[in-house]
Amino acid sequence: MLTPRMRSPLGRAIGLGSAKEGVDHWWAQRLTAIALVPLALWFVVGVIRLAGADLPVFAAWIGHPLPATLLILLIVATSYHGALGLQVVIEDYVGNDALRFTLLIINKLASIVLAVLGIFAIVKISFTG
Amino acid sequence: MSPAGRPLSPHLQVYRWQLTSVMSILHRATGIALSVGTILLVWWLVAAAVGPKSYARVQAFLGSWIGIILLFGWSLALFYHLCNGLRHLWWDTGRGFELRHVYAGGWAVVAGTIALTAIAWGVGLSQWSS
Repeated sequence: MLTPRMRSPLGRAIGLGSAKEGVDHWWAQRLTAIALVPLALWFVVGVIRLAGADLPVFAAWIGHPLPATLLILLIVATSYHGALGLQVVIEDYVGNDALRFTLLIINKLASIVLAVLGIFAIVKISFTG
Repeated sequence: MSPAGRPLSPHLQVYRWQLTSVMSILHRATGIALSVGTILLVWWLVAAAVGPKSYARVQAFLGSWIGIILLFGWSLALFYHLCNGLRHLWWDTGRGFELRHVYAGGWAVVAGTIALTAIAWGVGLSQWSS
């Protein structure tokens, strides 16, 4: 058995080992962070180039497959990364159990709603101009 | 106060402000701000999907003083969170924990944030006015 002294007596007695998913949150936060480095820089450049542009210019940009795909990836990575981050903030600072539970659920649902809204908007502009 | 009168650990306000703690707090604060800023991004996209009228309304808002202040704050928060996030990723590899390096990296993040924000707005404003 691996490092038996690190285990609690109860953990050793039950002998199930780790759940193998303890680092999921940490790992997902890092992966989305790495993905967001190029995506965010690309987005900033795109926004600067579009500064003051009217709708047809904007729609033409989103109409291309590559910007549309990158924008969708940006939305997915941002909302996932943001939901993970806000989750930790809520867990750290909200002491009241009921309020914390409620906020954690709102955080998850709101990030999903925002992501779907954003993706739908991108797809609609891409297909209809 | 604990009922048994046991000593409590010192709270935040007794500590002297220092670069490391301020940057750590700012990383969270900018993260929260950017999450809220995502609403603005999605609003922009949805308005563009709805039609020219609603898109023009968003453009007018973003071009107003409040909009520009929001955009400036958003860009500052983004560049800070980005630069400091890279610093965190570097730490995640188990490197850079000597006090000297922690401070050097911290000041590099401050400089990078200011430089990137200045470049973005310099290019953006010259683009806009042309």
